[in-house]
Amino acid sequence: MMEMPVPSSIILERKSSLVLKLQKILPKGSVIHDKYETKAYECDALTAYRCPPMCVVLPETTQQVSDVLKFCYLENIPVVPRGSGTSLSGGALPTADCVVLGVSKLNKVLEIDYDNRFIKVQTGRTNLSVSVAIEEQGFFYAPDPSSQLACAIAGNIAMNSGGAHCLKYGVTTNNLLGVKLVLMDGTITEIGGSFLDAPSYDLLGLICGSEGQMGVVTEATLRILRKPEFARPVLIGFDSNEVAGACVSDIIKAGVLPVAIEFMDRPVIEATEAFSGAGYPDCEALLIIEVEGSEVEISEQISIVSSIARRHKPVEVRESKSNEESAKIWLGRKSAFGAMGKINDYMCLDGTIPISSLPFVLKRIGEMSKEYGLAVGNVFHAGDGNMHPLILFDANKPGDLELCESFGADILRLCVEVGGCLTGEHGVGIEKRDLMLDQFSKEDLEVQMKVKDVFDPKWLLNPAKVFPLSVSELRRNQ
Amino acid sequence: MPLDKSIVAPKTEKELSEFVKATIAPLRILGAGTRPIGSPIYEAVLSTSNLKGVTLYEPGALTIVARAGTPMSELNAVLVAENQRLSFEPMDHRKLLSTSGEPTIGGVVATNTSGSRRIQAGACRDSLIGVRFIDGAGNILKNGGRVMKNVTGYDLVKLMAGSYGTLGVISEVSFKVLPVTEVVGTLILNVSQVSTAVEAMSRALGSPYGISGAAFNPSSGQVFIRLEGTENSVKMRGSSLSRLLSEFEQQIIETDYDRNSIIWNTIRNVTSFSKKSGDVWRISVKPSDASLVTIALSPAEFVLDWGGGLIWALVNQQLDVRSRLGAIAGHATLIRSKPGAEKKFPTFHPEVAVIDLISKNLREKFDPRQLFNQGIFG
Repeated sequence: MMEMPVPSSIILERKSSLVLKLQKILPKGSVIHDKYETKAYECDALTAYRCPPMCVVLPETTQQVSDVLKFCYLENIPVVPRGSGTSLSGGALPTADCVVLGVSKLNKVLEIDYDNRFIKVQTGRTNLSVSVAIEEQGFFYAPDPSSQLACAIAGNIAMNSGGAHCLKYGVTTNNLLGVKLVLMDGTITEIGGSFLDAPSYDLLGLICGSEGQMGVVTEATLRILRKPEFARPVLIGFDSNEVAGACVSDIIKAGVLPVAIEFMDRPVIEATEAFSGAGYPDCEALLIIEVEGSEVEISEQISIVSSIARRHKPVEVRESKSNEESAKIWLGRKSAFGAMGKINDYMCLDGTIPISSLPFVLKRIGEMSKEYGLAVGNVFHAGDGNMHPLILFDANKPGDLELCESFGADILRLCVEVGGCLTGEHGVGIEKRDLMLDQFSKEDLEVQMKVKDVFDPKWLLNPAKVFPLSVSELRRNQ
Repeated sequence: MPLDKSIVAPKTEKELSEFVKATIAPLRILGAGTRPIGSPIYEAVLSTSNLKGVTLYEPGALTIVARAGTPMSELNAVLVAENQRLSFEPMDHRKLLSTSGEPTIGGVVATNTSGSRRIQAGACRDSLIGVRFIDGAGNILKNGGRVMKNVTGYDLVKLMAGSYGTLGVISEVSFKVLPVTEVVGTLILNVSQVSTAVEAMSRALGSPYGISGAAFNPSSGQVFIRLEGTENSVKMRGSSLSRLLSEFEQQIIETDYDRNSIIWNTIRNVTSFSKKSGDVWRISVKPSDASLVTIALSPAEFVLDWGGGLIWALVNQQLDVRSRLGAIAGHATLIRSKPGAEKKFPTFHPEVAVIDLISKNLREKFDPRQLFNQGIFG
């Protein structure tokens, strides 16, 4: 079980006076402190961990964000920034003595510029609604995390979110042009803008993926792209995980660059079949490969992909011929997480590995699954090696969560051993925090913490995340 | 490479770390020194040129890892053998700056050098997935790794890219690479006005045809719009693009490989400014402001890349470019000038006080003894 720091009794004792002061700073109805209402903010999508915060503030302007942060800075109150609370790693998990700063009321589109191909939004806006704002003109915002209907741009920036299509378009950091940033002491500043490659150090790259530990981003300028003319998937079934893994590598090596290469193994295929009836073939593993462009390009790419796949003796190659067929191919993949959730509680991991290690890692996970006595399903972005093993467990069975967590930790250590990393797109949060020393040396972590020292010298912003508590202790308790 | 001071070129990362630990003198950090910038204050030169070689290459995983001093020619040769490349198309500064030697991959990273494909494939920092470096205390540190999707801890990979050796000495870098495309096609338009050129480029870049380069050379009155892909695909997209831009005067779609190389090397490497007198500025703005910039500066010569977002300007020595730009959002870097010019015009665009302080504090954390490339970032 992940530990969280003991809340400060000094802050807790002053709760009512602090809440009163925050209410004076913000408009009416912007401070939530009732013990029932704060329950809605007690966790994010890592629901195994919960803790209601001292209070929640929902500012409506960047100035109000600044006012709140400045107040908390002067009063030494920890702040946990929150987008939509869809983090799978506990990035928005509160502590009892913290103020949760939610950006959900900051959801406006500020500027759309098709000629220069950017959109400027407030960061409480949801990922999908950014694309919706520009779809009439045929544009879209590329990063597409599975939670895109709900997740906020603020959280996308904090976690440097990816999605199924980032093999071609990159992740958040590759599509972020500028931010308005509020530092913990209330200072408001801007980094980057509508032009490329801001001068001096790449602070934009540093902020992106800093898990809400350096500042609160209230506005973002995002690169937008014209939608490709057409997109079409092909589904390929195999009789072993290893062969499917080898096929992925061969496709990439052949010079085709699909927008997405998704992988599912038998447990996930069976679960999604039962759940959605997508009509997937009966096989050990399948790939969904999507290509896009003009009709000519698509036909060419699909024929290359299919011919490579045929060399690997597939159980089936199913090329989509229509929008209906495409939707059906994606149906199972898109309902995979829901389908697995119906069978059991599950923990979703996020390690990335070099694609060449895919067959070995899948085999080892299978063996470990037997050792631990917990079933695993694999569904992930194979093109970039970003795995999502889903470990099934029973939350009501004493000890099962702990067993699942230690199995998960072993899988992530395996990812690091083969040259990969602990997390590809979900973030460290609290979930992978205590494994950081498996990937980094103490010196590696020290230099990262020094960066936080620069932005947040008092360590008040989301302080108990990312770094093992023992490693960050002196800084948090300064 | 300057020969006026002693040069140290460690052969291993460990040797490099030991040297930094032991040294007390301010150092100038160099790869091959083909991209000198500003006037760093130093007593000795620390070169990465002996840290050479590709240490890992997995074409099937689109990843390559190389030591910082690996010459670009060597790295490119290894990639070409597998029909792959660095997608950000790094610029070669040698002609523009009249320097010689073999550019290194470490130098490309330290300066975040990109090329015309920046608008489609991102900058150097977008392809960079891992770094190893030695900080000012001599610690050997790593960040990122060799996988292309990685959010484990802070992204110091981005911070190191473009830090001009002021935060640490980069010893090894990893990249995501991409396949080389089969065919290149460049639609050439005859255009005389900057505003018309930007309008044409913006329309192309806002199309679904996957443009990988958009540049304007006012001296020849030509706009270049590049498509890459398979033969059929370039042909089809080329005719669609040609229809989209039918109101502009079109020359041809150039598909000859060598002629395309000449066109894009000339743009990317700004060879037209070679050996011409005057200061060279590199200005980044939003494309629609390009015409305001050229009016404000009335440069002797200029070239637009990145659809108009990148302006290379050759201006009279001592022209105060930044004050001419006034309120136009963006930044200007003084790339080439007479020695000592940066006393009047800082090399890099001055930042607001908050950002300046953050930058200064970062330098202090990474290099507390002020050893590395002092004076480059003010």
